[in-house]
Amino acid sequence: MPASAAVAVDRLVKVYKGGMAVAGVSFSLASGSVTGLLGGNGAGKTTTIAMIMGLVEPTSGSVSVLGAEMPRQRHRVLQRMNFESPYVEMPMRLTVRQNLTVFARLYDVDDVAARIAELAAELDLVDLLDRPSGKLSAGQKTRVSLAKALLNAPELLLLDEPTASLDPDTADWVRSRLERYRAERGATILLASHNMNEVERLCERVIIMKKGLIEDDASPGELLARYGRRTLEEVFLDVARGRGEAREAAQ
Amino acid sequence: MNAEHKSSDSQASISASISMRRVGAMTLRYWYLLRSSWPRLLDLVYWPAVQMLMWGFLQNYIGQNAGFFARAGGTFIGAVLLWDILFRGQLGFSISFLEEMWSRNLANLMMSPLKPIEFILSMMIMSLVRLAIGMVPVTILAIAFFGFNLYGLGFALAAFFANLILTSWAIGIFVSGVVMRNGLGAENLAWTIMFVFLPLTCVYYPVATLPGWLQMIAWLLPPTYVFEGMRALLIDQVFRADLMLQAFAINVVLFVAAVVSFLALLKSARRQGSLLQTGE
Repeated sequence: MPASAAVAVDRLVKVYKGGMAVAGVSFSLASGSVTGLLGGNGAGKTTTIAMIMGLVEPTSGSVSVLGAEMPRQRHRVLQRMNFESPYVEMPMRLTVRQNLTVFARLYDVDDVAARIAELAAELDLVDLLDRPSGKLSAGQKTRVSLAKALLNAPELLLLDEPTASLDPDTADWVRSRLERYRAERGATILLASHNMNEVERLCERVIIMKKGLIEDDASPGELLARYGRRTLEEVFLDVARGRGEAREAAQ
Repeated sequence: MNAEHKSSDSQASISASISMRRVGAMTLRYWYLLRSSWPRLLDLVYWPAVQMLMWGFLQNYIGQNAGFFARAGGTFIGAVLLWDILFRGQLGFSISFLEEMWSRNLANLMMSPLKPIEFILSMMIMSLVRLAIGMVPVTILAIAFFGFNLYGLGFALAAFFANLILTSWAIGIFVSGVVMRNGLGAENLAWTIMFVFLPLTCVYYPVATLPGWLQMIAWLLPPTYVFEGMRALLIDQVFRADLMLQAFAINVVLFVAAVVSFLALLKSARRQGSLLQTGE
């Protein structure tokens, strides 16, 4: 693993009973970088992220996060990373403040009340703090999940479709907060997304997965040039429909 | 294994220490949850009270018509109260775990610094809290209605309670592991598994009532010793310390086996990807 890599994934394979989810991927993420993980449904993005988090054990290969081997040494580094996904919910009957308090203590945050107040101000949650999490709109829930993910000021932030099902305005707002967080903290961010505008705006590097393998890995600019396209969405469609392979064969 | 790995392992073993702050955080989470719903609080008291009243009145009726039962005052009420410690202890533990499955929060917890042993400890504490909320009012009702004072058993009650709660935790830990590994399709196990113990542990009748081969199975279960000990105390006024010690020895084995099973099922869940998919 390069000295400056926050994450190093080496020949990672995950086989479930239903088939192969990840078929041998290798990449490393430089500290402080923002990387987008693209791919259609079933491409292996979520499984890859879950293996990086230590939630899923690889069938073979290895994952190293902030110097710790996952999942075996996960307790060395879990305090320095965090995760946000609209598909993993916060307990609905607890208020936002209660949920954030519990997670702040789990992450051993020093001054819990002050940290919650700081994040509430930053993420516009002040008026929501004493409302049950289950009674929030999708956009409000995303902001709360983001607050949970930022409670411990993580060095590594893993995001699984952070703006899915959000209206464009809220999605734009979330992206701005992520940009600001990265600039202030110098955090490493890995972002799985179906939203190409989001990836183009936030990521300096894009890894495209298809059928459990890495199909392409470059900066957004390089991908556009390589595929002769104007947008990442067009590149994504090329890869999804196999035009990338056709183009390579023609060359 | 190279030096770097050895160093990592030693750091990992240091980080294996338990954080009471994280245990407290999870206990706080369950406490917030419990106090947010008065029907849940009421439910903790309702069924134990109904059971106790039914068995108490039945005991009164039988006692008026049979000399033995007149002498054996309180055995039914004592049995139902001790049974509820066992049953509610396990349920209190398992419900805390099910709450995480129902709210799809397990992935959040499993990628937080919370360690499995801290998770288990917090559910053990909550099982005691739920038990106290449910059982204290019912034991007071037993005094008011039938003059049966469970606390009058003194040290014996402490021994009965310790053994029953250990068994309930062991079963709760094992069931939680099964649900974590197999999803909410296995949820019913949490509600029903304890009923296997009802006939086998001889809650309401002596072990001698069972056929010989079933008696051997019954003596493998710690609660059998407790209920037999309770009858010895209430009928013969003898505290059987030997039974309590044997129950404790089996409980230690059961508890360790349950924790080992939970960790093995957690590892299996990581292998199968079950921690991400907590539905059925």
